[in-house]
Amino acid sequence: MATVVTANCNGCRFTDCVAVCPVECFHYDDDMVYIDPDVCIDCSACIPECPVQAIYEEDDLPEELKQWVEINAERAPTLPICGEPMEPLPGAEARKTALGF
Amino acid sequence: MAQIGTDIHPLRVAIVGSGPSGFYAAEALMKSGIVVHLDMLERLPNPYGLVRSGVAPDHPKLKQAIQVFDKIAQSSGFNFIGNVTVGRDIMVAELCQTHHAIIFTCGAESDRKLGIPGEDLPGSYTATEFVGWYNGHVDYRDRVFDLSHETAVIIGQGNVAADVSRILAKDTAELKGTDIAAHALDALSSSRIKKIVIVGRRGPAQAKFSSKELKEFGHLNRCVPHIDPEELVLNPESETELADINNAGSQKNFELFKQFTETAGSAKPSRCIFSFLKSPVEIRGNGKVESIVLEKNRLTGESFQQSARGTGETVELPAGIVFRSIGYRGRPLPGVPFAESQGVFPNTLGRITDQNDNPIPQLYTAGWIKRGPTGIIGTNRACSVETVAAILNDINLLTTTERKSGSEGIYRILKEKKIRHIGFADWKKIDQKEIDLGKAQGKPREKLTSVAEMLKVLD
Repeated sequence: MATVVTANCNGCRFTDCVAVCPVECFHYDDDMVYIDPDVCIDCSACIPECPVQAIYEEDDLPEELKQWVEINAERAPTLPICGEPMEPLPGAEARKTALGF
Repeated sequence: MAQIGTDIHPLRVAIVGSGPSGFYAAEALMKSGIVVHLDMLERLPNPYGLVRSGVAPDHPKLKQAIQVFDKIAQSSGFNFIGNVTVGRDIMVAELCQTHHAIIFTCGAESDRKLGIPGEDLPGSYTATEFVGWYNGHVDYRDRVFDLSHETAVIIGQGNVAADVSRILAKDTAELKGTDIAAHALDALSSSRIKKIVIVGRRGPAQAKFSSKELKEFGHLNRCVPHIDPEELVLNPESETELADINNAGSQKNFELFKQFTETAGSAKPSRCIFSFLKSPVEIRGNGKVESIVLEKNRLTGESFQQSARGTGETVELPAGIVFRSIGYRGRPLPGVPFAESQGVFPNTLGRITDQNDNPIPQLYTAGWIKRGPTGIIGTNRACSVETVAAILNDINLLTTTERKSGSEGIYRILKEKKIRHIGFADWKKIDQKEIDLGKAQGKPREKLTSVAEMLKVLD
């Protein structure tokens, strides 16, 4: 079981999740954040923080998002840690609206 | 005046309490870019607050937050002083002399009362006592809980209520490999409780459980969750709440509640029953708890602001044991203002304020004693970051002409008063002892449950 960041983060990267992570398990690239499943303690604090509901507990993932388990596990350890919230990406608000949130 | 925050004049901060908010405040100070020396004072020999004594024993992964705290504790400029009670062994006024700033992160250690007749009958307990007891907290190890009845009632529908219910519902096989206190495992193994009723004053759309905790009830060895389908009939305002796209947590909970209506035929011997829209009005019994009287409620108000109103109609439920889990309150501390109504230290963004809402120089707060008992481990990180930002903003106000003695000053005061204190390396010896004791029994640790036992490890 892990906590997983999925497609909605891509292009938003709001990072509200990062502010409440007790263990600094978030990593980031130019597009989004990822959770390192080996560091995450499954507290789920980040899930309600995401303005675009991009974060799931693994066993709540809809079928079409299941590939993100592997993507998080592979990408996160290769990327820098996101220890502090960052400015959302330009266009994040517009994308949030487009996603219906 | 020399600028503070440099090698010659480090910012000296005392942190009172060593739970998550204390450690996250320490972390934020260490990351601030200025030179900080901090002393973390803890009334017990052990650090980690509710991560050690609140997080349920069957949630070991959450306790891995301790690895982060240990890393913070290893930073240069961090000093742990355990077994020292602020307000008794050392006074707030004394810390104001030895340090530039004090951050109170002492949590919410007492409970809200129900304020109903019979609340103090034997058999009526607080969730805090029970949680502290099964987690081996030194304050609660001698509590005795009568588990010889068939029905337990839990008042409250948050995650603490879920923990208490789940621990009551689990069998010995499910608990014996955890770090549950030996005295608790022993008592729970002869528990006769078969029916656990979890009562909430509002409806299923407003329950405060996390869906993660709720899901666990579906996977217990000998207990199934159950809900009477009629309990899930919603008023239009609650329907609106559940339809809101930003209310995903409650939607998930409601889906789980619906699954819990289908368990009537289960062969498992115990039931965990979720009951909504009821408030306790009286606990009855002749010398001990025998039943609880619940008043049925209805919801009034607009969506997301609905409150429970009593209807006057009551039901009496036979029960041998009642736990109330309706929220924590902070405890007052000599030398610090206290907001009685909320049970917190009054503050603005972490600056402790006087009765006119003006900040009191040097005094800051973070965590549950700052904002009340809401949120989980990580929530405190954002809270502590906010408080540390206030301190860094106030740095010129905190600058003084006289040198602050920091740790040295504290040690001098403790020596004069002959108070035995321990450091972080001492705690790690106690920690290792607990791990060794646990190993023999296939547990991650066996907690030492008295201050004397812990200190004996160091002699």
